[in-house]
Amino acid sequence: MTDQRSQAEIVRQSLKRRYRKERRFRAYGIAAIAVALAALMILFADIIGKGYTGFMKTTLTMEVQIDGEMMYLDDATDERQLKMADFVEPLVQALIREIPSATEADRDAVRDLINPYASVTLRDRLKENPEWLNTTRTMTFLAHTDVDVYAKHAGDEAYSIKLSEQQQAWVDQLQEDGVVETSFNDVFFQNGDSRDPSKAGILGAVVGSLLTMFVTLILSFPIGVAAAIYLEEFAPQNKLTDFIEVNINNLAAVPSIIFGLLGLAVFINLFGMPRSVPVVGGLVLTLMTLPTIIISSRAAIKSVPPSIREAAEGIGASKMQVVLHHVLPLAMPGMLTGSIIGMAQALGETAPLLLIGMVAFIVDVPDGFFDSATVLPVQVFLWAGSPELAFIERASAAIMVLLTFLISMNALAIWMRKRLERRW
Amino acid sequence: MQPANLLLLTLVLAVVAYGLGYARSRALAMPLGGIRHLKSLPFYYGARAALWCGIPALIVLALWAAFQGKVIQVLVIGSLPPEMIPADEGSASLLLSKISNVASGALPPGFVEAPIVEAAERLKALRGQSRMLMTALVISVAVLAGFLGWLRIRPRINAREQVESILKWLFFACAALAILTTLGIIFSVAFETFRFFEKISFVEFFFGTSWSPQTALRADQVAAEGAFGMIPLFTGTLLISAIAMLVAVPVGLLSAIYLSEYANKRVRSIVKPLLEMLAGIPTVVYGFFAALTVAPFISDLAASLGIEASSQSALAAGGVMGIMIIPFVSSLSDDVINAVPQSLRDGSLALGATQSETMKKVIFPAALPGIMGGILLAVSRAIGETMIVVMAAGLAANLTANPLETVTTVTVQIVTLLTGDQEFDSAKTLAAFALGAMLFLATLLLNVIALKIVRKYREQYD
Repeated sequence: MTDQRSQAEIVRQSLKRRYRKERRFRAYGIAAIAVALAALMILFADIIGKGYTGFMKTTLTMEVQIDGEMMYLDDATDERQLKMADFVEPLVQALIREIPSATEADRDAVRDLINPYASVTLRDRLKENPEWLNTTRTMTFLAHTDVDVYAKHAGDEAYSIKLSEQQQAWVDQLQEDGVVETSFNDVFFQNGDSRDPSKAGILGAVVGSLLTMFVTLILSFPIGVAAAIYLEEFAPQNKLTDFIEVNINNLAAVPSIIFGLLGLAVFINLFGMPRSVPVVGGLVLTLMTLPTIIISSRAAIKSVPPSIREAAEGIGASKMQVVLHHVLPLAMPGMLTGSIIGMAQALGETAPLLLIGMVAFIVDVPDGFFDSATVLPVQVFLWAGSPELAFIERASAAIMVLLTFLISMNALAIWMRKRLERRW
Repeated sequence: MQPANLLLLTLVLAVVAYGLGYARSRALAMPLGGIRHLKSLPFYYGARAALWCGIPALIVLALWAAFQGKVIQVLVIGSLPPEMIPADEGSASLLLSKISNVASGALPPGFVEAPIVEAAERLKALRGQSRMLMTALVISVAVLAGFLGWLRIRPRINAREQVESILKWLFFACAALAILTTLGIIFSVAFETFRFFEKISFVEFFFGTSWSPQTALRADQVAAEGAFGMIPLFTGTLLISAIAMLVAVPVGLLSAIYLSEYANKRVRSIVKPLLEMLAGIPTVVYGFFAALTVAPFISDLAASLGIEASSQSALAAGGVMGIMIIPFVSSLSDDVINAVPQSLRDGSLALGATQSETMKKVIFPAALPGIMGGILLAVSRAIGETMIVVMAAGLAANLTANPLETVTTVTVQIVTLLTGDQEFDSAKTLAAFALGAMLFLATLLLNVIALKIVRKYREQYD
């Protein structure tokens, strides 16, 4: 009796210990997931927190007297005169009028509040409307980068404010008066890269990315699908086929930077193609994404049931007709899904593009496949390495744009998989 | 004409050939009493004519476009006066960029010697000629071959079989591209690597403990040789990969276990895609995060604890890389754990084991080989990862095991050696290819072993 009882006691106690262990093990699992998700959240929060200010610009809205005499300009339609005229002076005078405490002696300090680009804006506006000469107009200009940083990050210790205390007081005053305002940063979406953060935008990189992706898509999708069809439907069981298959699986796991080395050695050195152009970038990314597309296309072809093939063969279709008329349309949704995922990978890829020279500082928006260009991830890389903190918020904002593209592409792929994929 | 436009034109010509072939086959069939007397449908005759027209023209176009740049370069260099012909490839590429700058108008002709201006003129002329020749050749090949194809349409010819066999060969060519890519990688990397080992000895590269290629910029420099010992890069890569695996393996494995054994369907359907999102984020974003948030945080933390830490540390790069790798480990482990048959679980639970005991004593040992394979794949990813380390790990080749110090990796050095101005005969540039070869071989080996393990294990329960 006592023996049994003590045994039961032992079991009960060990059970307690085992249940504790069980709970602890579960807690580890939950903790692991929590760590991973927390990392994701921190990453997103960090980038949004750093970057949302990148979507804002600081502007000056003031009444500008477009005084011909002050600008040495008497005919606003004359190209030569427009080139020589002084477009800075009216802006400085306008801003001095907006700041009650500023005098002519402060003109240098006042001029430092206006973006160097603002005078170009004024000239362009006047070129479009020559009749504005010798009138007073209310216009909006970009503020200087230092004003921009101060307006967005006053009090933030990470940012060094380059304005003097007097200038800071002026900007505070101007903000109260509504002269200095922050608004949605359309410049960011309309410009290419620039040395001046307030002028720098992502349009050049976005167009470069689109051109590169276009080359990648028109090459990798047909080639990938054709290769998958061959391997899945026509390939004889022999050594060559095995070798091709092993090769494709290996290529899928080769580090991306190796593809950059390949592109540099073959396309640029051997073929003499130009550096840093979308065509070469697209070719490199094609070679890189092909394995992904081939593997997913093969899976899609495999999922088409044999009964469909047999039915088509039964009424006399040739092998090629079976494939092109029956198997391919049914496998297409799966192939497209795989390709979208492959393209999303290619869109986020940076390392191979660095090696083929797509890291150049390019201001212009590329207008062709053979034009020097950069792509979004590389633009992020360039801005992230910039010593000016104002570029960091641009980099974060560009990351947000990039992630928006990627997440919507992946969402599209998931939606297509749910919507279009059939089960037999 | 631009190659891109010429490509479009060729496609248009092929479409025209299709239409003409289609029409001709119908016309031939008319006197016989309708298209049922043809061997194939008119569609196939049209397609045959289009393939005849398009394929040779596209091959000519591709070859021409691929090699014209190189041929023109050789011609331009060859036409220079003998005393100006560069002795080595490095100065040749410099000279060429000068010439093409003059040709494109970026460099005013007044600033360079007369022969270079002449060469620039010749370059422009050759480019124009090449473009014209290419246009003429491609169009005439397309028209001629298309015409031949059109002419040879006979009711007796089995066009369908021919079209299908051409298509089959095209499909095969696409699949063979994978071999070509691998060969391209091997040859381009191997060729430059051999040239590297002509300059730098084997022993120095594999056993040297100092890496400073940047000092070898000019021959007349002091210590012009530079040091090419890869051991510090190798240890740096291993250190960062080890840190990454220390983060990724426990987190990935435990979350996979929780998701496959404990979590209900709803939680799983939310958490799994969220985890996989970590794998979809571009590496440049992780690099940004590591360099601008994690690394300063670590160095501040270390400073507040009184430890000296560099602003770019192996810990920051490795830790963030670990986060990136979590989904690789977790989804592969998830697959493997799910592949363990339910009967093993049921048996263990029926004997009175708790779920965690079943997991630890039964399922985990059964899944271990597969999990090992998955981890090896993740290691090869960590070794080949570039952007995070480029942005967050640093450039100084320290031979250290201290995770708070800055280290450099193989991939970082490849990028730094190959961005910026290059001359293709210096040991500095060639070293990048030698490093690339090492990286390729190392990851290839890991991948092959990992795939073998995963595959072998998976077959056990099938």
